[in-house]
Amino acid sequence: MRHTTDTRVRDSADASVLRARGLRKHYGHGQGLVRAVDGVDLDVGPGETVAVMGPSGCGKSTLLHLLGALDRPSGGEVWLAGRRIDQIGEKALARMRRSAVGFVFQAFHLMDELTARENIELSALMAGRSPRAARRRAADLLERVGLADRAGFLPSALSGGQRQRVAIARALSNEPLVVFADEPTGNLDSAATVDVLRLFESLHEAGQTLVIVTHDERIAASADRLISMRDGAFVDETRLSGGTTGQLGALVGLEG
Amino acid sequence: MQQEVVLAMLAKEPSHGYELRARLRQALGPLGEALNPGHVYVTLTRLEKAGLVTSERAEGLADRQDRKMYALTPDGQQRVAEWLAEVRWPKPDLAEFHLKLVAAAAAGLADPLSIVDAQRRELLRRLRDAQRAALAEPEGSDAALLLEGIVLRLQADLRWLEACEQNWTGRRRRS
Repeated sequence: MRHTTDTRVRDSADASVLRARGLRKHYGHGQGLVRAVDGVDLDVGPGETVAVMGPSGCGKSTLLHLLGALDRPSGGEVWLAGRRIDQIGEKALARMRRSAVGFVFQAFHLMDELTARENIELSALMAGRSPRAARRRAADLLERVGLADRAGFLPSALSGGQRQRVAIARALSNEPLVVFADEPTGNLDSAATVDVLRLFESLHEAGQTLVIVTHDERIAASADRLISMRDGAFVDETRLSGGTTGQLGALVGLEG
Repeated sequence: MQQEVVLAMLAKEPSHGYELRARLRQALGPLGEALNPGHVYVTLTRLEKAGLVTSERAEGLADRQDRKMYALTPDGQQRVAEWLAEVRWPKPDLAEFHLKLVAAAAAGLADPLSIVDAQRRELLRRLRDAQRAALAEPEGSDAALLLEGIVLRLQADLRWLEACEQNWTGRRRRS
């Protein structure tokens, strides 16, 4: 086990913001046992963008929920900024979720009766900011996602792409160590997808750590590292560093 | 690149070779860097031999190719019109990749899923580069539109790889 003081110090000193070891989530028993996540090891460095792809039902959303402490694993460990979080009590876990991580979902999950600004503000308040600081944070973030002029709109008056940008601003309201995104462009058309893509790129440049589960090739291709998942386990991992730009011409019949 | 492209770039007005190159660079953006500068001149020489363009040397200048003024002949104009009406559409060779998977599995030479994974890595790298290049271009520019085409094509290819993955995963489960 690793929860002695010594290992905790050692783990916090290493480079990972997020770390998982032997992570498992099983449902059911006997014949009906489903191994949704089946022995996942993962290290995410500060400022890194990691995308997880895989067919429907491969366990990638379950994995994201375990990593973001929305759900508890059947086995294994999750460490956030050197602190083990898979075993901490409910209260501490709830506090950690409010203050240390941010979530972006496919269906936005905004509060329908609150305006764009209020959605973000509420989240900042819950993370422990003063009302004044929360208001300022909400205004800054709306500016950052290009929706300052929509601050007073209810979600129902916004397009899908705008709602998702509000949801991303909300995810950033507590200055999270990690932003977790679950199919963030799953409900968006191509133009809105490009907006989200640009936004993620700017977060990446600002040093935000991102873990994204996605079907969208464009989002996946914008990550630093891409992990393929099948049957609850990682089957392929690749660093998407560049080096093919010179070959792009060949893709449109422009060689020489 | 097709000779007809150079020919069609000349259809606007009689031009120097360097003007044609500038037009191509403008339309292609970062992809134009893949063009060999000599390519335009080689193509112009061929087109002239084929009677599709004529050239005229500028007064008082040495016989340098980049100083020549090129113009379409009537045959050249005819060829451009035909080319514009053509609907040929270059296609990627999907059959080759498909047969690679079939042959690898049949002979037990390699795991088709590993081949799919490797191919996906390669296409995703290209997608990443194309996307970066597209986002760096001004919205609505010629080059951004071309890069969008590359992005969409790569997405289609990646979706087909996903179908390959599911199909071959299914075969493995059944066997």
